[in-house]
Amino acid sequence: MNLNFNNDSPIYMQIASAIEDNILKGIFEEETAIPSTTEISVKYKINPATVAKGFNLLVDEGIIYKKRGVGMFVVTGSKGKLMEIRKENFYKNYIVSLIEEAEKLNISSKDIIKMIEREI
Amino acid sequence: MGTIKVSNVSKKYGDTFALDHISLTIEKNKIYGLLGRNGAGKTTLLNIINNRIFADDGAISIDDKNFSENKKSLGRIYFMTEQNLYPQAMKIKEIFKWTKEFYPNFDMEYALELSKKFELNINKKIKELSTGYSSICKIINTMASGAEILMFDEPVLGLDANHRELFYKELMESYIEKPKTIILSTHIIEEVAHLLEKIVIIKNGKIIKDESVEELLTKCYCVSGLNKNIDTYIKDKYCISLDEMASFKSAVIIGENGHKENQEQKKLDLEVTKVELQKLFIHLTNEGGVK
Repeated sequence: MNLNFNNDSPIYMQIASAIEDNILKGIFEEETAIPSTTEISVKYKINPATVAKGFNLLVDEGIIYKKRGVGMFVVTGSKGKLMEIRKENFYKNYIVSLIEEAEKLNISSKDIIKMIEREI
Repeated sequence: MGTIKVSNVSKKYGDTFALDHISLTIEKNKIYGLLGRNGAGKTTLLNIINNRIFADDGAISIDDKNFSENKKSLGRIYFMTEQNLYPQAMKIKEIFKWTKEFYPNFDMEYALELSKKFELNINKKIKELSTGYSSICKIINTMASGAEILMFDEPVLGLDANHRELFYKELMESYIEKPKTIILSTHIIEEVAHLLEKIVIIKNGKIIKDESVEELLTKCYCVSGLNKNIDTYIKDKYCISLDEMASFKSAVIIGENGHKENQEQKKLDLEVTKVELQKLFIHLTNEGGVK
């Protein structure tokens, strides 16, 4: 997994969403292990407490679970679950801000639809 | 083991307070960043904690034992100073041997392994080392000391980017393998920001911040927008810095940034961004600084 930190949200949330991305892409498959706190901590030079906080976020959401003495594993069905959550956020994160930006630029709704159709 | 308690410590040089009645608890097994501008009092504080100079007032205790009267405690704490205190004519491998005399838990194997990784020639004499390798030698001695409390005063002085990365990586590995209390005093904040769990900021001999990095950054944000809108927004807020550019202003705020604030920001058409630790530090410690 690759982490490129930006300045938009706390690091632990970025770690959580990077793991989610990898689950969605199928890189971390269900019932397989994700990288350990130590691996992420050492590679990206992040305090292990921060990494653990990111992991806990995903444990609370039922995306990963802890196997005692082995590590963190992806819960069966979490890919579908994440897909649902992301779909809900898609409208808020992409559509709403797309329209906001279009309004600033005086792009008509007709033109927006045309542009989208061209890309699909 | 490894909790340090600083109670009401003061130190005066002439008429000026280097440390002005400081109280602080360094919690065990956490990584601290001790930050402050030049001359803020960081090294004085570290020296007092290590019993190298004496406070005019106040006390230091480690795990509730008075430190200055407890010689045993000194073997549990290793302080990497910015100065070079090792005998100049001594070879590095001899330095390691001597450190083991004072620090029974000194790990020679680890010291040699680190020397290899940093490409430090242990047959060289201290006086033959460049600034960077002199820092590296001290870093290795500190990390291999086996002490439960490690203090680094400007550890990466003169280190190139590769060696700095290696140091942070080795420090994390060693911390995870065997948790210890670590204090990093450095000016290179950007590089260590993610390593730290807590930060202590000193300004003019006083502690102005002592909290978790995550929490501090969460409640700190920057808003920018039209002059009059920013003025309206910051009226009832704690603003630590204000920049003006033509009809445009940006302000750094410390405080809650929840639903109520978000609505207000939207109404006033303000752009909100996160603030990095280094930027925050600069705003907090600028002369005049906090308004």
